[in-house]
Amino acid sequence: MKSANLMQSTLYEGEDMVTITIDGKKIEAKEGEMLLPVALDNGFDIPHLCYHEALSPYGACRLCLVEVKKGNRTKLTTSCNYPVMEGIEVITDSENIRRARKMVVELLLARSPNVPIIKKLAERYGVTSTRFKIENEDCILCGLCERVCREVVGVSAITFMGRGDKREVGPPFKIEPEVCIGCGACVYICPTDCIKLEEKNDERTIVRWNRTLRMRRCKICGEKFAPWFQLEYFSKLTNIPKDFFEVCPNCRK
Amino acid sequence: MSKFLSKQDLEEYRKKIINSRDPNKIIIALCGDTGCQAYGANKIADAFRKEIKAKNLQDRVELKITGCHGFCERGPLIVIYPKKIFYQKVSEKDVSEIISESVVNDNVIERLLYVHPETKEPIVKEDEVPFYNRQQKIISGMNSVIDPTNIDDYIAIGGYSALEKALFDMDPDSIIEEVKKANLRGRGGGGFPTGVKWESCKNAPGDIHYVICNADEGDPGAYMDRSLLEGNPHSVLEGMMIGAYAIGSSEGYVYVRNEYPLAVENVNIAIKQAREYGLLGENILGTDFSFDIKVTRGGGAFVCGESTALMASIEGLWGEPRAKHIHTVVSGLYNKPTNLNNVETWANVPLIINKGADWYSKIGTENSKGTKIFSLVGKVNNTGLVEVPMGITLREIIFDIGGGIPNGKKFKAVQTGGPSGGCIPEEYLDTPVDFDRLTELGSMMGSGGMIVMDESTCMVDVARYFLNFLKDESCGKCTTCREGIKRMYEILTDITEGRGKEGDIELLEELGWVVANASLCGLGQTAPNPVLSTIRYFRDEYEAHIKEKRCPAKVCKALIRYEIDQEKCTGCGRCRINCPVEAISGEKKKPHIIDQEKCIKCGICHEVCKFDAVNII
Repeated sequence: MKSANLMQSTLYEGEDMVTITIDGKKIEAKEGEMLLPVALDNGFDIPHLCYHEALSPYGACRLCLVEVKKGNRTKLTTSCNYPVMEGIEVITDSENIRRARKMVVELLLARSPNVPIIKKLAERYGVTSTRFKIENEDCILCGLCERVCREVVGVSAITFMGRGDKREVGPPFKIEPEVCIGCGACVYICPTDCIKLEEKNDERTIVRWNRTLRMRRCKICGEKFAPWFQLEYFSKLTNIPKDFFEVCPNCRK
Repeated sequence: MSKFLSKQDLEEYRKKIINSRDPNKIIIALCGDTGCQAYGANKIADAFRKEIKAKNLQDRVELKITGCHGFCERGPLIVIYPKKIFYQKVSEKDVSEIISESVVNDNVIERLLYVHPETKEPIVKEDEVPFYNRQQKIISGMNSVIDPTNIDDYIAIGGYSALEKALFDMDPDSIIEEVKKANLRGRGGGGFPTGVKWESCKNAPGDIHYVICNADEGDPGAYMDRSLLEGNPHSVLEGMMIGAYAIGSSEGYVYVRNEYPLAVENVNIAIKQAREYGLLGENILGTDFSFDIKVTRGGGAFVCGESTALMASIEGLWGEPRAKHIHTVVSGLYNKPTNLNNVETWANVPLIINKGADWYSKIGTENSKGTKIFSLVGKVNNTGLVEVPMGITLREIIFDIGGGIPNGKKFKAVQTGGPSGGCIPEEYLDTPVDFDRLTELGSMMGSGGMIVMDESTCMVDVARYFLNFLKDESCGKCTTCREGIKRMYEILTDITEGRGKEGDIELLEELGWVVANASLCGLGQTAPNPVLSTIRYFRDEYEAHIKEKRCPAKVCKALIRYEIDQEKCTGCGRCRINCPVEAISGEKKKPHIIDQEKCIKCGICHEVCKFDAVNII
């Protein structure tokens, strides 16, 4: 059975079109579609760190805050996990939104003062310094790596550990994750660039997870192109015979 | 035991139990709840069993191990029925005397009676004790009468008659109407109207609907739900059955924390017995209604008391909340419509069905009906569980029932609503307790924690304590909650350790607003309450810490020092001998002094001095 948390993105997306307004502009959208992508598609600029169009929404970074008026009630809410409903009025910029967003940026800046994307956000929101104690974390716990590994790659090699201010992401028990196929999706998706991939000799290492895999060389060009383990996983997953994966994507064309 | 196949089966069985019981038989009801067990209730129980056997009194007296009686401060507690003789602070060595004096003979042992604190008169009967006689125990009252591990006890007091009524005399809509009319509001803290919730869940599309009992009570010092599950689990199950019937659910869950071993044990026993009697399972009492309950044990994360985190936890996922733009009544557990209520809410249901909404709604205030159980703890004479009608004032609870503040100290504040509740000062003690009034004061009803603080409590330190708890118990998912609570805690720590600076109060207010308004779930949204409410009512205390580097309550170690009054000190040496770091020196019979460099401010010298010569400055 699929769980509530994992499937929330697609649950209520119906065929019905609804009309909403964003900053006064009328917009048609599919009922149940999440508000952030609708706004982004329509050219509205809403900052976000934990959202990715290929993944289920998560609502962790709290940057994509907007104000939604539904009936007589207006509330501050994240747009990435807000399903679009008929008649809602959305405001993407207000004093309250700026007040909250600025504080979120200041909190992130105190946590990760050396991360370029955070520095850029701080500049954009006029946060010149932080009033909190400075730390030096490179991970902002947006959870994109964890979600891409679970939802797209399908191996769940990494997970969240601990709670509260002790929360972190990593392989279970912090030992080399045997299920990691070394695909590098986490490396690609990380907004702070804190997951590094290194290739030396015939080995690929995902440094943060301490995972090292042997690379396969292309039968035709001789270049190394992917970890053996990843190609085996793909072959099993797709039912495509193993010999297909003996050749690199470039030579396959 | 064969299953009840009809309403008549249950009614006849009830009659049979009642008829088989001798109303004149003496019953010794010993509280066997967790608190009294810690005081040694199990040993007392064994002693009673031995004594009854030795004196061959099995026919005349029965020992009943019950749930929590409420007056935990005075445990272990005993009530001897039918005369309702109330013995407190009972020990193993009192057992044989109790049997010979109060069972074999008809005497009262004065030494074990509760003495009225003002009149100094001993009180014989339980319901004449001031702690009890101001309460209205419609939910928790049966705790001290029944053996929670024996379904027959529950049936004998009319248990499962509300289920009968619901199944045979009512239909789902009229049940929901009754609960709505009674205006029952969720006892877990939110105060959402229960009937409205049931109706939304019933109307939500889908074949499968779930009902859940939230028994993940995680507030430090609160044990209302624990006591109900331990002391009267069938009342909770009966509420769930009625709710399930009304909503159209055939599967229920009790999510109970594993730190409550007795509650886990008793609810499992109750479910097993209910199944054996055919009160759970297929075609209950011969009707079309089928329903069963599973127990899920929680791993102890405070955040799992949040409904969506709880459901995720049942599913085997991280106990992490998700946004509730789609309500759980529409899409909850396994994406199915799910109705979750707290233990106490469920326990209210059989009462409403049996006695009717008109009766029920006479108790309480306009918008908060019925009673509420509070765990009254902290700097109060009578700590324990109290059940009071909504609308009673805080003063009545703390002073009339709670007996006021110990050691002649002055009341300072009461914290309601658990770790993310707020602190209410003396000027609001006459506020009637209900959902809306507590919220207006910057606090909340929560699930019923009530922590009393006296003048020796530092409010900045209190805020820091609760934020420390919340910092650890936040799931850590969203930035504002995880980082925001941590930063508030750091600022509060700085203030209490003498590093407070101008602008800290304003920064706490600014950050508090953002954490409250931009966090994902209830935990983050209420986490700033302890900070914001103490700033609201005790701003001068914050200012004293920051501007004058002074802790008015003399609690914050960095801001106080211990000094020996050279006039008062007799040189007895008690402080010198007890000082763990050898910071005190002085000749015998001459005034002593404290080396401030060595002193770790543990306060032992202050405590042991018989001449009141150690001052906190």
